[in-house]
Amino acid sequence: MGSKQRGKNTRTILLFSLLALFLFVLSLSSGSTFISPIDVLYHLLGLGNGEYDFTINTLRLPRVLLAFLVGAALGVAGLILQGVVRNPLAAPDIIGITSGASVGAILFVVYLMGSVSFQWLPFAALFTAGISTLIIYLLAWNKGVTPMRLILIGIGMAAGMKAVVTMLIVLSDTVVTSKAYLWLTGSLYGANWQDVSLMTPWVVVFIPLALLFSRTLSVMELGDQAAMGLGVRVQLSRFLLLAISVALAGSAVAFAGGIEFVGLIAPHISRMLIGRSNRGLIVLTSLVGASMVMLADLIARTAFLPLDIPAGVFTAGIGAPYFIYLLYKNRNLA
Amino acid sequence: MGVPMDTVWSKIKIIGFSLCLFFFFIAFGLSVSLGQNPIPFQTTLDAFFHYDESITEHVIVKTSRFTRAVIATVVGSSLAIAGALMQALTRNPLAAPDILGINAGALCFIVVSATFFSVDSLSHYMWIAFIGAGVAGVMVYFLSAFGHGGLSPIKIVLAGAAISALFVSITQGLLVIDEQQMQTVLFWLAGSVAGRSMEMIQPVIPFIASATVLAFLFGKPINILLFGDEVAKGLGQRTILLKITIGVFVIFLAGGSVAIAGSIGFIGLIVPNLVRGLVGTDYRWVIPFSAVIGATLLLLADVAARFIIMPQEMPIGVMTAFIGTPVFIYIARKGLSKNG
Repeated sequence: MGSKQRGKNTRTILLFSLLALFLFVLSLSSGSTFISPIDVLYHLLGLGNGEYDFTINTLRLPRVLLAFLVGAALGVAGLILQGVVRNPLAAPDIIGITSGASVGAILFVVYLMGSVSFQWLPFAALFTAGISTLIIYLLAWNKGVTPMRLILIGIGMAAGMKAVVTMLIVLSDTVVTSKAYLWLTGSLYGANWQDVSLMTPWVVVFIPLALLFSRTLSVMELGDQAAMGLGVRVQLSRFLLLAISVALAGSAVAFAGGIEFVGLIAPHISRMLIGRSNRGLIVLTSLVGASMVMLADLIARTAFLPLDIPAGVFTAGIGAPYFIYLLYKNRNLA
Repeated sequence: MGVPMDTVWSKIKIIGFSLCLFFFFIAFGLSVSLGQNPIPFQTTLDAFFHYDESITEHVIVKTSRFTRAVIATVVGSSLAIAGALMQALTRNPLAAPDILGINAGALCFIVVSATFFSVDSLSHYMWIAFIGAGVAGVMVYFLSAFGHGGLSPIKIVLAGAAISALFVSITQGLLVIDEQQMQTVLFWLAGSVAGRSMEMIQPVIPFIASATVLAFLFGKPINILLFGDEVAKGLGQRTILLKITIGVFVIFLAGGSVAIAGSIGFIGLIVPNLVRGLVGTDYRWVIPFSAVIGATLLLLADVAARFIIMPQEMPIGVMTAFIGTPVFIYIARKGLSKNG
């Protein structure tokens, strides 16, 4: 890669950092009461007079931070997954990671909500996301795992797990139903500092880990044969990369529910901007993902005041048309 | 050398078909007589031939059980035929109305129309379901069909999964916003053959019936189509016209099923695969066998759904998914280990 290209990549990443920052501040200032962005900045820098302590510190900041973290995690999870299975149409929500998490979350809502504090729900979701991905992986194993089997079996398992979710919802009473549906659609409603502090470690540990593995990832994209020729232990690397992807997607879904299409679209937008896999791509994807979720949540909670609509509706609304375009563009790829 | 092999095969197939029909009637009988109040077979027959309003069992049979069994039959056979047609159309054993997003499309259109246009009669739902099924089907087909590789299994399944995801997230979003609507649409989401009257399903029947009969008659052209577009064209077949016609059948069958019973998955996937394992790839046989076995399977699934978590009933779409997921995974593993 020439230094010219590298310079361009750096500029793109800087530009998106600014965009993310802009959305961050805009999200903090918008809501049922508008706070001017200047005041928000003063407040964040500790120069305010404490007037916005409640609105910003308690209500908006944790929610916007969580949106940022969730978006970054989903974007990178999708990027890794698409590299591992070498298919630009794969995403955590399509090959079963998200549905795995849904099973845990709904089981929790139906059976444990009365007796166990709600804050444990993410762990239930994360647990089942891990288990179900492991099952998908094992079922796809036949002297090694091929990307194609992984996708097909993932889709099959996703359908089965969706049936479990539907069963649990239909058989439970109305209160549980609406709560479960809200979660399934993906919402950042009611995000608090505890969520943020629980979500942060996942992002802080696994995105750098993804950066560490970025070279392996770009070699894997060349195909199993080529990767083996270059001395990569294909099966082991595939398993590790998949594990990173599940950790990121699973934690994001656990805290924000089924926010769809971010894991699918964010990597594409970044690739379009700076080309093939490298460290910059991972950084850019996390910024794009974070911006997408922040924007979706901003629209979701302000456009129809006083209604607070699940952000997942808007990520689907933005993501789906783009996805159809992608399908059309990639029609010649396997 | 005595009787040619072909004739022997045909005879075996006819016997097999009769056997399947026999099992179908047993399943139908079980569906009418079993449930929370088991009804003896004799009483069931009496309900038809010596109907007596004062006997509770007769009323149950007439008003709920019989209709329910008829609906399961219609939906089961429609979905199985739709699956068989789609698998022929795409030359892909994993194609089915639910996997390719046809069911999700029909359902999404129903929820949208119920939310925004307060549509609530079944004959309207039916047309809306046809449109939704058509839109989803056309999307999947065009997105996956035009490429150098033709229809690779992986591509079409991915396209279907993604289009399903799109429709499902729209549906879920609407349901979250409109909680009251959710309760009325929920059984559609899960799929159900219960709680409908004969009058309600009447508008859909002509479409399903004509598509079914015509599909039976299309066995031979489909066999030719399976040789590949080039060969079929060489034999004078107007392949594009044929494909569009088959597509319309699929929309009537799958869309009609969704309008009647909501989203019931996997029947369209499992049954045609099973049938091809039994009788081979001759579509003159595959379609009738699929129809009968599909109906039988859905009847049995419906009977089982009444008992598993008594006194509640399991949604039938959930039942079929539990049966279907392992089969899907089996096909995915087996089908792909052949070609790497």
